[in-house]
Amino acid sequence: MTDSLHIDWTACDGRGLCAELLPELLAEDDWGYPVARGDMTVPAALEPAAREAVDRCPALALRLVKQVQQVSQVRQPSR
Amino acid sequence: MTSMMTAPVARVEQRLLTGDAAHGPLPALTGAEIIAMARDAGITGRGGAGFPVWRKLSAVAGTGRPAVVIANAAEGEPAAGKDKALLTTAPGLILDGLQLVARATGAKSVHFYGPAAALGPIGALVRRRGEAVELHAAPDAFVSGEESAVVGAVSGRGAVPADKRVRITESGVGGAPTLVQNVETLAHLALIARYGPAWFRSAGTVDEPGTFLATVSGSVNRPGIVVEAGYGVPLGDLITAAGRRVLAAASDRVSAAGIQAVLIGGYHGGWVPADPTLPVSREMLAPYRAAPGAGVVIALPAGSCGLTETARIANYLAGEVAGQCGPCVNGPPRMAETLADLARRRNRPGLPAEVERLARLVSGRVACRHPDGTARLVVSAMRAFDADVSAHLAGRCLALEGSW
Repeated sequence: MTDSLHIDWTACDGRGLCAELLPELLAEDDWGYPVARGDMTVPAALEPAAREAVDRCPALALRLVKQVQQVSQVRQPSR
Repeated sequence: MTSMMTAPVARVEQRLLTGDAAHGPLPALTGAEIIAMARDAGITGRGGAGFPVWRKLSAVAGTGRPAVVIANAAEGEPAAGKDKALLTTAPGLILDGLQLVARATGAKSVHFYGPAAALGPIGALVRRRGEAVELHAAPDAFVSGEESAVVGAVSGRGAVPADKRVRITESGVGGAPTLVQNVETLAHLALIARYGPAWFRSAGTVDEPGTFLATVSGSVNRPGIVVEAGYGVPLGDLITAAGRRVLAAASDRVSAAGIQAVLIGGYHGGWVPADPTLPVSREMLAPYRAAPGAGVVIALPAGSCGLTETARIANYLAGEVAGQCGPCVNGPPRMAETLADLARRRNRPGLPAEVERLARLVSGRVACRHPDGTARLVVSAMRAFDADVSAHLAGRCLALEGSW
């Protein structure tokens, strides 16, 4: 089962370390917060770099998860 | 499309809005019967997301752990009034529905979360009924009714959205499996328990059964009126129920009705043409990237500028960010400013493209759907008012020129 990155946005304060360590997966948005280049799935070759990014996130906002769970309810359907 | 052909004709009607008095006692049903009843009825959540109720019920019940259930009456949207109306007309049905979901999930604690002004009357009714329901006041903020914000409020953490790595149905209040259900949804369940799934399905469409409550405002004679109708109700019927005699035919939209477009689904919704025959259902609104949502319908009068009106709403939404997530703290305000520049004809090269880029940049990222909803509204305005966009880029405004 492949891992994917999960960002807790309520914790992330945009230090930018993850985008530096994982430029293949993450870029910085207009305000310095990480933005996924693709779908946040981590290829096997990038797993060590992904783990380092998770370990070094100063806000403890980045995690590796087995699969991103669907949100059960939001205010509007996502289309 | 085909379901519209075979569906019962949707009309404005009265089910929830007849109030509490007309209904007999709640039948005694087992938890399994309640979940089966919700599945057979095909009822979906009326808080905006439209998620199948039975799937949430069975997810919580399936954990096998003592659950927490919460009735959600927090209606943060300024143009929404249907939950407040329901609290006045049918509070007993809401509490009936709350007891049903508590039974279906094996709840250890039962909560009501809603506007402070509603807690007194609801509390009095709870005591008369001899039930144990904990009451919680919802702050008057746009995001306070979002599911994870509700869990936060009931947990004492504050009514702000939380990260959703784990589903609330698995781990919500105090780590317990938690069910948050809109009060209108609960009231529907109370009626389904009495009259059955087939009765529920006799309104609405095959794919989207039942009635929903709409709050109709804007350019109508009775702004803020709450109307009940089956999904698929023609848009014109909702507008007529709010006091406009009739919407004009699609070919002559403006002169008779004085409405140029309608915002459906509220401030996180989408603009649709003022077509009186347009069925208000998820299926038929999808081409406009709109949905019935929590039933908010706002009629934009002819002679006003849709871009200016949308910029005003976007500015309000930008002020309602919870302040937790960086992309949301920054994205919606920048989107609102960019749209405001277009609305005020402060042109610069690439302005429309910048609006679209920002909408893509903020969507699908943060803890709740606030930036996504704001982006949906803004992009929808760019499409619906494309003639206005062209005029504004040329330094003109159709509304000011009376071209409508």
